[in-house]
Amino acid sequence: MVKAERKPIEEIKDAINGYEKVLVTGCGGCVSVCLVGGQREVNELNAQLNIYLKNENIEKQLDGYTVERQCNDQFLEELEPKIDNYDCLLSMACGAGVQNLAKRFPKIPVFPVVNTVSIGIDKDIGMYEERCRACGHCVLGYTGGICPVTRCSKGLFNGPCGGTNNECCEVSQEIPCAWLDIFNRLKAQDRLDDIKKIYVPMEWHNQTPRTIIQEPYEKRYSV
Amino acid sequence: MESDTKPDTQPEMKSEMKSGSNFEKILKAGHFAFTGELGPPRGCNVEHIKEKASFLKGNVDMVNITDNQTAMVRMSSWAAAIILMGEGLEPNYQMVCRDRNRLAMQADLLGAYAHGLRNILCLSGDHQQFGDHPFSKGVFDIDSMQLVAMVKKMRDEGKFLGGADIDQPPKMFIGAAANPFAEPFEWRVHRLAKKIEAGADFIQTQCVYNMEKIREWIKQANDMGLTEKTYILPGVTPMKSIGMARYMQSKVPGMDVPDEIIKRLRGVNRKKVADEGIAIACEQIEEFKEMKGVAGVHMMAIEWEHKVPEIAERAKVLPRPEV
Ligand code: SF4
Repeated sequence: MVKAERKPIEEIKDAINGYEKVLVTGCGGCVSVCLVGGQREVNELNAQLNIYLKNENIEKQLDGYTVERQCNDQFLEELEPKIDNYDCLLSMACGAGVQNLAKRFPKIPVFPVVNTVSIGIDKDIGMYEERCRACGHCVLGYTGGICPVTRCSKGLFNGPCGGTNNECCEVSQEIPCAWLDIFNRLKAQDRLDDIKKIYVPMEWHNQTPRTIIQEPYEKRYSV
Repeated sequence: MESDTKPDTQPEMKSEMKSGSNFEKILKAGHFAFTGELGPPRGCNVEHIKEKASFLKGNVDMVNITDNQTAMVRMSSWAAAIILMGEGLEPNYQMVCRDRNRLAMQADLLGAYAHGLRNILCLSGDHQQFGDHPFSKGVFDIDSMQLVAMVKKMRDEGKFLGGADIDQPPKMFIGAAANPFAEPFEWRVHRLAKKIEAGADFIQTQCVYNMEKIREWIKQANDMGLTEKTYILPGVTPMKSIGMARYMQSKVPGMDVPDEIIKRLRGVNRKKVADEGIAIACEQIEEFKEMKGVAGVHMMAIEWEHKVPEIAERAKVLPRPEV
């Protein structure tokens, strides 16, 4: 799922500077799962902001409301009657949610609370690792289920490079070399022939905004 | 030069010239090649290039011109290469995948060839995080393997990567790098095989200090018939100091510096350390001259260009052959 982390409180404070009534809008989707943008985090942010504002003697009305998902218009409906009471919105959602919220309510400024970081896995509670860059052309089949685009720092398709160092990537002793992992996994599966072939240049499918229509729905959207 | 000629060097490669570069001719004539390296300046200092070039002239067959090495901004490698050519030296134009996409790479190649560059070394490039712009966007549109294949396609098929015909294709002598010392060792020879299949005419390796490992790697390459398909030049970098040796051992990714090297440097008088470093390098070169499957040596005297005449002399690789 999408993983995100909260922006520094200073940046959030700066964003709402000059707006009196602020609605902090949570999202019950991915950001809630990765413990950064659900109802609980809305409450925490508001409490934190209130302390800051109080210290600086600034009067603001901070409210919170969490919808099921900000990336679907239907779930934004319930905000309709509230919106007019506010000067700006803070969105706790990922980049997609923020944009959807801003589009749904184009008259009111919307500011992001989080930085959307990755599509990743749960390593442990509150700890997430990136696994996918949504390149649109999945090669995991020949790399033993380890993504070279995401996990190799140079996104190599014919690795490993010459920088593999103590089983780690040349950029850090904390990042395992993806291609060493690919090699080891394929070797264990007796599939090294898969990477003896030269993988041809990638067709990057993520260079223009993409819209997908799942096959069963194609008819529905064709004119 | 009789002693310079290897008897049984790569017969099948002798055939037709691919680029007609001096370096290619030297290899195809069976001479033991000796190449050097020059890092372009961090500015427009042309004199700096000329000065470094003066130490290399007559002592090496070709000079690698690095491309934003260690991800620090420098004069572009093709531009520095052209200046070097004006000094009567043959450049090896290095190109990394970090800084440009496939359009820019092909465009630069056309320009480089039009200006007379004939050798190219295709590299992935050090990660930008190491350099002076650590948060720049790394391009890596294609990787070094794919770059080799692209340059070959342009040369042999006269076509761009996208498939369109090239009006006068660039005919480059294509090089690639190899690091026999990085993990996983058993994969490194297969990676070499891939680079050759992609189109590498010659290979320059990472700096060699672990002779045992390079012997093993070259033997594997011989056994797989790879040394008959490409020219391999192991990289040699003389140690200037114990500090440098320790830095290379612990800080440079993919570098294999055995403790014996450091022990040897420690064993001599402090004033003699650099001299001992050169002695070690010369011993390596002597061994490479005799090693089956090795076509030459790539001398990377990093910021030590002025020592190259002495090194070449002591390594007995002079005079360089005229072809
Ligand atoms: S060391 Fe491994 S993960 Fe890092 S850039 Fe090289 S191949 Fe990729």
